[in-house]
Amino acid sequence: MSRRGEDPKALPRDGRDLTGDALHERLSLTWHTSPGFWGWLTTVDHKLVGRRYIFTALVFLILGGILALIMRVQLARPESGLISADRYNQIFSMHGTTMMFLFAVPVMEAMAVYIIPLMLGTRNIAFPRLNAFSYWVFLFGGIMIWVAFLFNVGPEAGWFSYVPLAGPEYSPGKRTDFWAQMITFTEVAALATSVELVATIMKQRAPGMSLNRVPLFAWGVLVTSLMVIFAMPAVMLSSSFLIADRLVGTQFYNPTEGGDALLWQHLFWFFGHPEVYIIFIPALGFVSQITETFSRRPIFGYPVMVLALVSIGILAFGLWVHHMFATGLPRLGYSFYTAASMMIALPSGVQIFCWIATMWAGRPRFTVPMLWVIGFIITFVIGGLTGVMVASVPLDLQLHDTYFVVAHFHYVLIGGAVFPLLGAITFWFPKFTGRMMDETLGKLSFAIGFIGFHLTFFPMHFTGLMGMPRRVYTYPSDIGWNMLNMISSIGAFIFASALLLFMINALVSYRKGLLSGSNPWEASSLEWAVPSPPPPYNFAHIPVVEGRTPLWDAGGTLSVVSGLRVEDRELLLTTAIDAEPDVREPSPLPTIWPLLAAIAVTALFIGSIFNPWAIVWGAIPLAATLTVWFWPKGPPEAEPVIE
Amino acid sequence: MRRPPLLVAALLLGGCSGEQSALDPAGVHSGAVLHLFGLFFWICLLAFALVIAFLAVAMLQARRVDAAQSERTEHDAIASRLLRGWIVFIIVGLLILTLGSYFTDRNLALAAPDTGQSNRVPIRIKLTGQQWWWQVEYEDPNASQQIRTANELHLPVGVPVHIRLESIDVIHSFWVPNLAGKQDMIPGRHNDIELLPTRAGHYRSQCAEFCGLQHAHMALDVVIEPMADWLKWRAQSIQPAKAPAGAEEKAGYAYFMEHQCSACHSITGTPAFGTVGPDLTHFASRPSIGAGTMPNTRGHLEAWIANPQGVKEGNHMPYLAVPPDKLHALGAYLRSLS
Repeated sequence: MSRRGEDPKALPRDGRDLTGDALHERLSLTWHTSPGFWGWLTTVDHKLVGRRYIFTALVFLILGGILALIMRVQLARPESGLISADRYNQIFSMHGTTMMFLFAVPVMEAMAVYIIPLMLGTRNIAFPRLNAFSYWVFLFGGIMIWVAFLFNVGPEAGWFSYVPLAGPEYSPGKRTDFWAQMITFTEVAALATSVELVATIMKQRAPGMSLNRVPLFAWGVLVTSLMVIFAMPAVMLSSSFLIADRLVGTQFYNPTEGGDALLWQHLFWFFGHPEVYIIFIPALGFVSQITETFSRRPIFGYPVMVLALVSIGILAFGLWVHHMFATGLPRLGYSFYTAASMMIALPSGVQIFCWIATMWAGRPRFTVPMLWVIGFIITFVIGGLTGVMVASVPLDLQLHDTYFVVAHFHYVLIGGAVFPLLGAITFWFPKFTGRMMDETLGKLSFAIGFIGFHLTFFPMHFTGLMGMPRRVYTYPSDIGWNMLNMISSIGAFIFASALLLFMINALVSYRKGLLSGSNPWEASSLEWAVPSPPPPYNFAHIPVVEGRTPLWDAGGTLSVVSGLRVEDRELLLTTAIDAEPDVREPSPLPTIWPLLAAIAVTALFIGSIFNPWAIVWGAIPLAATLTVWFWPKGPPEAEPVIE
Repeated sequence: MRRPPLLVAALLLGGCSGEQSALDPAGVHSGAVLHLFGLFFWICLLAFALVIAFLAVAMLQARRVDAAQSERTEHDAIASRLLRGWIVFIIVGLLILTLGSYFTDRNLALAAPDTGQSNRVPIRIKLTGQQWWWQVEYEDPNASQQIRTANELHLPVGVPVHIRLESIDVIHSFWVPNLAGKQDMIPGRHNDIELLPTRAGHYRSQCAEFCGLQHAHMALDVVIEPMADWLKWRAQSIQPAKAPAGAEEKAGYAYFMEHQCSACHSITGTPAFGTVGPDLTHFASRPSIGAGTMPNTRGHLEAWIANPQGVKEGNHMPYLAVPPDKLHALGAYLRSLS
């Protein structure tokens, strides 16, 4: 189906004259990434960048997990002398920092970078060079903090770095500076990715995919990305103040000079609370896609689900003070934040209901991704309900900063985000690699993981109620915490072995798994219309969407539009609400400059830890690389769609 | 105080009577909070049971994979009605919990000693957190009635206590789970907390906000005792330190006053008035050394003085190279300060 006429003067287009293998060859030539190391460095293909982004984030998951195991060994027995207080404090700080900033947020964005353009029916992400830049900045920031940690210069004031403890007086040395700069790195990377994803979702949807037909994962990513854009500036501001206090002697947080220690907490949690939802909302998207596919019916209550996602995204900005109930702020204000925090239970509860209703009114198949979803529902509901408990001021004053809270947020973050992520990796693995993950190993790792997780974290509710505070490197033997801690430590190793099994499964299946074909799960969204793994150009013809579940609606033959250039990289942009074809937009070629710019940024950021003047000197190479990167290349500009 | 709800008994399993446990209330505040926890627990358990039941139904009926289209349409209609019911349930549940939480908070605030609900004058204490110990000052308009001590809190049963919380360095958090929830100690600000102990016993408090290297070793002994015992303790504590009696104690006293010890520690009634470290006037009557790090025995004490950086590395007491005989003398002297 051709909805657009041919421009007689134009270069060859896909469509009438060019289809099948000939089209494939032309498009491959236009969109390919050159093989070899140079191609690896210069690629702007969202699939290649997304894949390495996911891989890197999973490496950080392993590193953060190893730190967790070390802590559990230390805490398995009271008064253990295995590691020193100093080492333990660095380890728990690095565990939180790694998991939050280097694993959870990046992996969710990475999954979106890979999947979203395919799911929306476009050939590449918006601003693909910025995407490559984002990956490099993230990678260099992660390497920086881990190298610092291995040289005993790791952060020691927690992933939250409360001042004045993290300030110049009580954390001398460079440890906290590396932490604060790592924030800058990862936030730059996250902001860049979010801007790309918002632009992609708003402007690059396949024709016909009006906002009320956007898959729920894409809705989740849209909400998340907008949240990143609003939340991250707060933490960049707070960490920049901290760096300034530490490096150039400002006094933002020093109460003796008119600064305020609580300012940090407000700024940090204004980011920090939405951060949790930034991790968790994409996971809700995974759950929706998986539930829909394996229940073999459209998701129940789609409009309610979208509203729930959006309202969680908005409410998330009104809760930050519930991390500060013990700081002595006015009580009336606390009541507001209690009510706001509890209100989150409403959209979350509605979503849980809709997923179960989808299964109930569908014909569910209990595949491995679906098992992770069921594990998610059970675990996340517990975490959500303990969240209701800590939203209450009087209860929170007892539970805050105890192991009860540790249990709560691991239920929410592991149960609510990692379980769906493992399901999502199993689900999209055939799309990423062309091969299926092994079903038996998958079920085994789910079973072990589910048991191991609850064995680790369920006892922590009691440990906390019985008075054990967080972030202690050891505890006395006579308070009654010994057995509970031992159980948690054993559970941690069981859980870790499940993750190890999952990764072994992924590695083995990558080489030897069954070939999957384009749509092994009989799923409904557009990414399953293209071969697995997808060709460099994703779609030979841009598909046309006529419903919420395009592959099911189409009944085997998907309508397409044609007429995009094949000689140059060109995307079809559509209108933001109705996804009507709007303009044809060029998409950039591979280039080395994002990498060079990322190196310049890295030099500037790391240099500024040691000398504030590095910001001035470092700006010169950075400006140079950015200038070359953005040097106007001349035509082609965006062209209107000819109807 | 009402008895803690049944669930708590079920929750406790083995470890109910902890000396540092929110599940074993010894005060009005912790009792009310435990009661509120019961309310939350039951409503949350009900919500959880409903979700699990629905999930189980959805999974069990899944065996009938060939359900007719008409049946599934019917399911959709039922699900829409159920969804409305579920939303009502959530809203009502949240309202109950929010109001329960609000009224518990308000009642506790109204029960504050200053409002005169109790006929006793509250005890006023200033508690200052520092890395990594607690300075405790019992305030009194009459200077001779003031008490300064460290790492121990003696409170009588049934008398309200008003504690002013401060910090001189980083943020700490004061928390006696058996008595009440926590309050932060923030440099540059002050917070207040009210306690009303109802049961005698020996409890443990521990800093609840990460405060640096030895956060794990910043505990506070809380002794709640009958009024008579407390008055006895108070009468003794406002006295200056005992003069050394035996020869060994005298040698310890001399070493203490002539060497570095007195630069950081004070002992009322002697020339030692350092303020960097804990006051030692009635050191021997305290339950522990090093802010709850080890029991207060002569052996532990001498080990601590011989190597202050041993168990609690990083604390602010330096290595002093005390000769062995002087070490024993110091031990004897400090252990005589009851």
